[in-house]
Amino acid sequence: MSPASRNGVLSGEFFMLGDIACAEGAICAGCRFFAGYPITPATEVAQRMSERLPLVGGIYIQMEDEMASMNAVLGASWAGVKAMTATSGPGFSLMMENLGLGVMMETPCVLVNVQRGGPSTGLPTLVGQGDMMQARWGSHGDYAIIALSPSSPQELFDLTIHAFNLSETYRAPVLVMTDAEVGHMTEKVVIPPVEEIEVIGRRKPTVPPEEYLPYRVEPGELVPPMAVAGEGYRIHTTGLTHDERGYPATADDTAQWPLVQRLVDKIEKNKDKIIMLEEDGLDDAEVAVVSYGIAARTAIWPVQMARQEGIRVGMLRLVTVWPFPDEEIRDLAGRVEGIVVPEINLGQIVREVERCAAGRTEVLSVPHPGGGIHDPQAVLRAIRRAAGRKAEA
Amino acid sequence: MERLEIRLSGFGGQGIVRSGEIIGKAAVLYDGRYATFTQSYGPESRGGAAAAQVAIANDPVELSYPHVIDPSILVVMSQGAYNKYVPGFRRDGLLIVDESLVELDEAADGVEVLGIPATRIAEELGRRIVANVVMLGFLAAVTDIVSPEALRKAVLDSVPKGTEELNARAFEVGFEYGEGVKRETSYDT
Repeated sequence: MSPASRNGVLSGEFFMLGDIACAEGAICAGCRFFAGYPITPATEVAQRMSERLPLVGGIYIQMEDEMASMNAVLGASWAGVKAMTATSGPGFSLMMENLGLGVMMETPCVLVNVQRGGPSTGLPTLVGQGDMMQARWGSHGDYAIIALSPSSPQELFDLTIHAFNLSETYRAPVLVMTDAEVGHMTEKVVIPPVEEIEVIGRRKPTVPPEEYLPYRVEPGELVPPMAVAGEGYRIHTTGLTHDERGYPATADDTAQWPLVQRLVDKIEKNKDKIIMLEEDGLDDAEVAVVSYGIAARTAIWPVQMARQEGIRVGMLRLVTVWPFPDEEIRDLAGRVEGIVVPEINLGQIVREVERCAAGRTEVLSVPHPGGGIHDPQAVLRAIRRAAGRKAEA
Repeated sequence: MERLEIRLSGFGGQGIVRSGEIIGKAAVLYDGRYATFTQSYGPESRGGAAAAQVAIANDPVELSYPHVIDPSILVVMSQGAYNKYVPGFRRDGLLIVDESLVELDEAADGVEVLGIPATRIAEELGRRIVANVVMLGFLAAVTDIVSPEALRKAVLDSVPKGTEELNARAFEVGFEYGEGVKRETSYDT
């Protein structure tokens, strides 16, 4: 391994596997607890964390299953440690209940899903993007969630750090929705010197302990400060609907309204700060490709080919998939003749695009069931159709 | 579009995947280029076929499609890999085989073939396991996918501590063998 700074965080240029870049990103972000259960193609994240965390004063624990893993992550976060788990397909399903617990208890943590082909055990070693709606709606009840979608090992590193920063800022679990292709791809990864990496920690209470209520927010704020258990502040937390004290308040909808509304609002009303998009060539575009993760990356060639054919096509890459960029898609739909949405599922995020386009422009799905990446020709054909060109024989 | 693709293939345990990683690392860290390395394996692949793919370019956009599509260099270190990959290999490509393990047949007709008994040489060096490094040395001599110096460095910082000397020797023997083969083939043409 190469040069590490005194605190054991790597820096420099590497030729690095995506999953390993994810683990190193977590370590740079200050993650010092990982609980998980190995599963292809996410195993290398756990493996790397098991090697690295002891070197930086952290704890790695292999749990009995994914439900326990997610719970251990929540517990570690409440003890004041930045915590993460990584999984895929079936493990992501098992984590859904306790992901909701993390949302309800407002627990900062990061859950990485290295997506593979599903449903069920599906295609363990092969790519999929079929968990995008599960990421949004997989746990029961109403909530909002943040999910990021990287297209390369470098971005998996960068976005894992960013996921921790978002989770600490908004006191919420954040999902890194990568996939087997990016996780198992090795490319150049640059890790900046540790002092150049922005790392955000959770806001702690400033009131004296006797005045602290764990779920009270000041007027105009949406995220309550979070005390660490053992620092003198009285803490009570529960998955039940609770009042400002964190005590169950389940007799009627008195507490439910402000609590659930706030859980949604703290994400939705900060969309402008949370959402990251990457635009290319949209200014004069007649067609837009809207995509994310590996599917956006493999759409670059077809976009270039279409431009060579004289089609004015641009690309909007959703770095943040959830919360969804409603306004940007609405605006785009008013400017272009068609939107093409390649994704490695049979049409999930395309439904969101259709909802926002609301019939103002044609929206074409370029589906793939998983197990491979898009044939550039399939995306090119959809771009031609969206531009009103006749498909070539 | 300048994008170079290479596939290495053999069976599990030969260090095929490792070799792909080393080539990519040489290109990225020591030649200052971009490379995407992917490996293919199935859930049941232990002891079975192994393959590593590397795409190298000067511009990362050339690597936006990460899979190797039509490699111009194919390295084959088992008969199984030969049977799987050679029939579909482009006729203007360069096929490199481990002569100790691979028999050529009509599937390679029309393709330029260079051979080295990498496994036998590795055995003579004392460790069969360095056959892949012998092969990397050979590749450094007979191709220009990465510079020989970059590949030499990438080999040395990828091998386990304590094995540097053996691996350095394996690389040099493969390299010299390749230089010899190059001289012979240039007399032919």
